[in-house]
Amino acid sequence: MDINTLRGISTILVMIAFISICLWAYSSKRKSNFDDAANLPFEDEEIAKRTTIETEKKDHE
Amino acid sequence: MSTVNNQTTYNYKVVRQFAIMTVVWGIVGMAAGVLIASQLVWPELNFDTAWLSFGRLRPLHTNAVIFAFGGSALFATSFYVVQRTCQARLFSDSLASFVFWGWQLVIVLAAITLPLGFTSAKEYAELEWPIDILITIVWVAYAVVFFGTIMKRKAKHIYVANWFFGAFIITVAVLHIVNNLEIPVTLWKSYSIYPGTIDAMVQWWYGHNAVGFFLTAGFLGIMYYFVPKQAGRPVYSYRLSIVHFWALISIYVWAGSHHLHYSALPDWAQSAGMVMSLILLAPSWGGMINGMMTLSGAWDKLRTDPILRFLVVSLSFYGMSTFEGPMMAIKTVNALSHNTDWTVGHVHSGALGWVAMVSIGAMYHLIPKLYNLNGMYSTSLINVHFWLATIGTVLYIAAMWVNGIMQGLMWRAINDDGTLTYSFVESLEASHAGYLVRAIGGAVFLAGMLIMAYNVWMTVRIKEAQALDNVPQTA
Repeated sequence: MDINTLRGISTILVMIAFISICLWAYSSKRKSNFDDAANLPFEDEEIAKRTTIETEKKDHE
Repeated sequence: MSTVNNQTTYNYKVVRQFAIMTVVWGIVGMAAGVLIASQLVWPELNFDTAWLSFGRLRPLHTNAVIFAFGGSALFATSFYVVQRTCQARLFSDSLASFVFWGWQLVIVLAAITLPLGFTSAKEYAELEWPIDILITIVWVAYAVVFFGTIMKRKAKHIYVANWFFGAFIITVAVLHIVNNLEIPVTLWKSYSIYPGTIDAMVQWWYGHNAVGFFLTAGFLGIMYYFVPKQAGRPVYSYRLSIVHFWALISIYVWAGSHHLHYSALPDWAQSAGMVMSLILLAPSWGGMINGMMTLSGAWDKLRTDPILRFLVVSLSFYGMSTFEGPMMAIKTVNALSHNTDWTVGHVHSGALGWVAMVSIGAMYHLIPKLYNLNGMYSTSLINVHFWLATIGTVLYIAAMWVNGIMQGLMWRAINDDGTLTYSFVESLEASHAGYLVRAIGGAVFLAGMLIMAYNVWMTVRIKEAQALDNVPQTA
């Protein structure tokens, strides 16, 4: 096969990969999943609080 | 959303250690920068000592700010974010501790060997082979701790910040090993296994991805956690963040050859690097817009919150330098900018404006949390720091733009008979004023870091004072 055909095919493959990622990311099926993920920074205050309390105890034992 | 184990706590010790060292190494690295910037204004400042000469201190400055300051900021934030978004403690406390002490050892060894003149002469990879091996060991330990924590996560999803940190860890490992393949001849001297032009291409594949993965992907991880957290609202578009991630990491690795325009590198490789650099504008701006738009509907917070101001202005500088970069990668523009101070200005608009400001913002958010306080000792000092950092950066990059374009024009000017209009030293003399402004800008930025150090010191002290009051209840 001509090297330029290979180059052409690789460009098409990358384009398909990019479009697939966009379709996957923007499909409405995954919306609620992504909303959950986006909220992860706000869902662990309990553990953070416990950590600082434990650390303080340890500092003064 | 997930079942949280009631016993889980986070490892904040290693995060505290790296957070404090971020400030310390930031001051050391930037002070070295101010010194060498001043040497370009007043050459006597090398005191006729080889150890203090520009050629030896310049790699010390770059290594200190990138790997000691930037590195510590990345370790601190990645260890913090991976625990908090996975709702799991670090994979191993002792291994995390090894990463901290190992990395400090690397920094100290760099600070000793570089002024002594031991160097492999590869930009941002100057350290000699024994230190390279130590870096590899520490980095593998870091990867084990990070990915081990992701594997034991309680949350269902892997938050987008962790994807960026993960890409940064894997890619830097590959880059470091491939670029530092070298044959030792003595304890402190080695030679690269690659010949000539191939060595240059490998070096700039490494060098540009040190920018793309160490100084961009890692810090985008910081952005994706700390901007939403400080603004108190989730990221503008999680879907965009996924497209941003895959587009950015798959394009960045191809752009390195733009550092070798008009060199012995084959023309097609130069052009490929230029085109990839231009495409890179899209994912870069996608990420910037995603970060900025997180504030939509909450812009008023910028008026009262200097931490958020640090984070948002860092994104503006990110957008600016990721526009400037692709422009400079265009071969005709590069013909003017190559080897001039414009390049130095571009690097610092990224390094001071983006990397340092986003790190500083993250530290101001992080440090009170690590010490169970509501905020830093002084918010008005954060504000002062913000303005010093902004003014310092603007002075720096404006001076370098003027110098760079002037140098490029002077070097290419020719007389009717084809001889050069200006000698090199004439362009150097003309650059003197710009060097002075640059040194002032750097000093202003450094002054901000000293204020930060005072603020951090007082914050930690308040904590100790408060804690002493609590002793009767807890002991």
